[in-house]
Amino acid sequence: MSAEVLLSITLLLPLLGAIGIVITRRSPDVREGVTLVTSTLIAVLVLVIATRFMEGETFAFTLIEPLPGVTIAFEIEALGMLFALVAGLLWVVTSIYAIGYMRGHHEKNQTRFYAAFAVSISATMGIAFSANLFTLFLFYELLTLATYPLVAHAGNAEAKKGGRVYLGILLGTSIGLFLLAILITWFLTGSVDFQEGGILSGHIDPAWAGLLYALFLFGIGKAAVMPFHRWLPAAMVAPTPVSALLHAVAVVKAGVFTLLKVTIYIFGSDFILSNDITGGLIWIVAATILIASMVAMTKDNLKARLAYSTISQLSYIALGALLASKAGLIGASMHIVMHAFAKITLFFAAGAIFVASHKKLVSELNGLGRAMPITFTAFLIGTLSIIGLPPFGGMWSKWYLGLGAVETAQLLLLAVLMISSLLNIMYLLPIPMRAFFSKPKNGEHYTEIAEAPRPMLLAMVITSSACIILFFYPDPFYRLAGLAAGGF
Amino acid sequence: MENHLSLLLVVIPLIAAPVVAVLPRGRLPWAVASFVSVLCAVLAAMQLWSVLYDGTIIYELGGWAAPWGIEYRIDEVNAFMALIVAAIAAIAFPYALLSAEQEIPEEKIPLFYSAMLLCLSGLLGISQTGDIFNVFVFLEISSLASYALISLGRQRQALTSAYQYLIMGTIGATFYLIGVGLIYSQTGTLNMQDMANILPEVLHLKTVETGFAFIMIGIALKLALFPLHLWLPNAYTYAPSVVTVFLAATATKVAVYMMLRILFTVFPYSFALSTPAEELLIVAGMAGIIVASVYAIYQDDIKRLLAYSSVAQIGYMALGIGFASASGVAATMIHLFNHALMKGALFMAIGAIIYRIGSCRMEHIHGLGKAMPWTFGAIIIGGLSLVGVPGTAGFISKWYLVLAALEQGAWISTAVILFGSLLAVVYVGKLIEALYFKPVTETSKEVKEAPMLLLVPTWTLVIANIYFGFDTSLTVGVAEKAAAVLLGESK
Repeated sequence: MSAEVLLSITLLLPLLGAIGIVITRRSPDVREGVTLVTSTLIAVLVLVIATRFMEGETFAFTLIEPLPGVTIAFEIEALGMLFALVAGLLWVVTSIYAIGYMRGHHEKNQTRFYAAFAVSISATMGIAFSANLFTLFLFYELLTLATYPLVAHAGNAEAKKGGRVYLGILLGTSIGLFLLAILITWFLTGSVDFQEGGILSGHIDPAWAGLLYALFLFGIGKAAVMPFHRWLPAAMVAPTPVSALLHAVAVVKAGVFTLLKVTIYIFGSDFILSNDITGGLIWIVAATILIASMVAMTKDNLKARLAYSTISQLSYIALGALLASKAGLIGASMHIVMHAFAKITLFFAAGAIFVASHKKLVSELNGLGRAMPITFTAFLIGTLSIIGLPPFGGMWSKWYLGLGAVETAQLLLLAVLMISSLLNIMYLLPIPMRAFFSKPKNGEHYTEIAEAPRPMLLAMVITSSACIILFFYPDPFYRLAGLAAGGF
Repeated sequence: MENHLSLLLVVIPLIAAPVVAVLPRGRLPWAVASFVSVLCAVLAAMQLWSVLYDGTIIYELGGWAAPWGIEYRIDEVNAFMALIVAAIAAIAFPYALLSAEQEIPEEKIPLFYSAMLLCLSGLLGISQTGDIFNVFVFLEISSLASYALISLGRQRQALTSAYQYLIMGTIGATFYLIGVGLIYSQTGTLNMQDMANILPEVLHLKTVETGFAFIMIGIALKLALFPLHLWLPNAYTYAPSVVTVFLAATATKVAVYMMLRILFTVFPYSFALSTPAEELLIVAGMAGIIVASVYAIYQDDIKRLLAYSSVAQIGYMALGIGFASASGVAATMIHLFNHALMKGALFMAIGAIIYRIGSCRMEHIHGLGKAMPWTFGAIIIGGLSLVGVPGTAGFISKWYLVLAALEQGAWISTAVILFGSLLAVVYVGKLIEALYFKPVTETSKEVKEAPMLLLVPTWTLVIANIYFGFDTSLTVGVAEKAAAVLLGESK
């Protein structure tokens, strides 16, 4: 198949899947079959594309030109490939998990759920493969809108409130700041294309460039940099598969991915480094890392704690982008991958605990480890990977981020990373510890609670094994990250 | 035929109006009126085609040479306007059948279609003519017809709204006429082109300045420019559904066109810049965007909500005019077209709801989204276009408006434009939440999807909203040419 066809199919297939899901709504088994087949095909497709991309093939095509000079165009480069791989591979796993979860939990409106899910994946692929800011913005907004019904899924007052915050902040920042930043870029340079080395250099006074970068940093609300992070905890009212794939991987990673794209291909790391454009902003990101970790410690609700942990971890990636040095960018790109696998494992486990025992609070988990050993082992692996210990994948990204801080002689930032790792230990590790070693309160024994349905366990085993495998074989992702950062 | 195209466009609906009035009751008046509206749309498209490829059309009425006779001078701007009006009519008239049968007393149906045709004729006339007094004549034709149309609304408030509009509209028209008279006294001509040639010599006269001010205020009233918008929310709310569709998508747009013509063609470009008109337009536009959008958020009646949103959208157009640059005027023209599409689609979808449940109050539509999925889909897409989400026509408008503002270094305007979009998120979100996420009421369970005859026209506009979000060769292409004509001629 030609490169162009392959790329178009990857973008269209989830949409076709969504239509198929709606058509087969009367028979849940067929409907779930459609989801599984579509997601498997997507995983195969991204793997094929990745292989051919690594062999040096180029993937690029222009769909249409809505405005003179502004096109809807797609092109694969290393960073987008990396993001598409993560999202594409994890969608299959999440689909398996979701079937177990949605049935185990007897959720309503499952057709809407699976259809909106598929549209979200299509939007994510669109973001990963866009060749310019305009195309990216189009799919960025589509992703917000497609995930809204998933957030408001339950339809009760809490879900509606969460949905409102979600939509308000994401649309608000994107229209109010991100779009403005895109328009200013277009106005200054007459281009919105992602180009090697950036397009802004020479078109903007470096003093103003910092302001423009701030518009991007806060406008890309999906990156959840404080103070625009509130939508992420609000999104936790969604069913757990949504929190797992979309709000730990696709949506939030789309945010930091966009930030990285802007850093590398719109500003250009040389332009940023030589003019110290991000010097002040980097402290906001550093503060987000620490504050979010501290807030996470205060949360007793498991999903809320994980949400704040995600906010903190996202700012690691933003930090790497703002450092703009080679090691920083590699670390940021690697962290997209490593955090994805680790955090999705944690969410899978949280969902399994909820389905099996209906427990949402950390303080209720004492002693549950014996009843659900697989779930809590997976949780432990995810935790250790997030903390960044060997032999887990999370070590590599922290390593390069730390290196980036050293490289730019920002030792205070290195300290921030260290402190944050300690905080990670303090708010994540007690969870599996309680489950395994504490006694249940008031001497209860969990005899009636067993592991969650098999599909959910399978998903957890896959992602937690991936955390370990990625320690030993980070190579494909490392190569992509290196390419994105401008070669080795 | 080719030669008389421009005149036929105005005359056909004008002649059809009395014919329709005497037709027997039943569906015949509708059929004739719809046929005429489609015919007009075809003629308007041909006219635009002809202008784009063969240049300006000049037509002298009755063979009397200008400046003595009335002259039609059709350039890109006229042709674009006429196409918007005629195309919306061609979609709204077929839509009218069921909606009007339900909302309007049977014996008044022929008169209703007759008034619709008169209104169409008047609006097309304003867009076509090159004579400044002739504009007034057509303005009165369309306005009188619309007062009558609004008063046909289901509720009794329709009468007071029509009366309110009558008073405000007449003041506007009178101001316009006074202004025209004052300028005529100094130039001795009513032909726009001729006036444009003579005016530069007499610009310093206070009479001319006064005339300019009268005309501007008069048009601002017809245009419902904030704070002269008070007639609009009531008129839109209480008019029959299809009348709201038609007026919202065309009447204020034609007034915007008048303003552009007077500011840039009749008066020299530099004159407007020497008066406070531009600054006033910018200030009124910004205030309108914010105040009207905030009002929209607090409305419980959907038609009123959308009416306030229209006032806000007019603010965007005023901003574009106020920038007085080629890109600003182009942005206004683009938004003119796109806003006709989005408001047309939204009011049609609301009309479908009224057709089914007889109300469009927030508390009556809870959960209707599930019972009327196609209507709901139309509201979602129309709403997204109103917000300016990429992939819709509304985004193209915002794109050009913000670029025009950036070009002027107008940071406050930029912020206001984007903030206005955010307010639109709030009121569109409120609408969608009521339709979909509020618990389904007993009554709304039994509601059926709207009939095809309402859905097809609605979705025609909905699809146009998406189409013109991707293919902008018609909108942006023509609007940029039109802006060049407006600003170029007056140098």
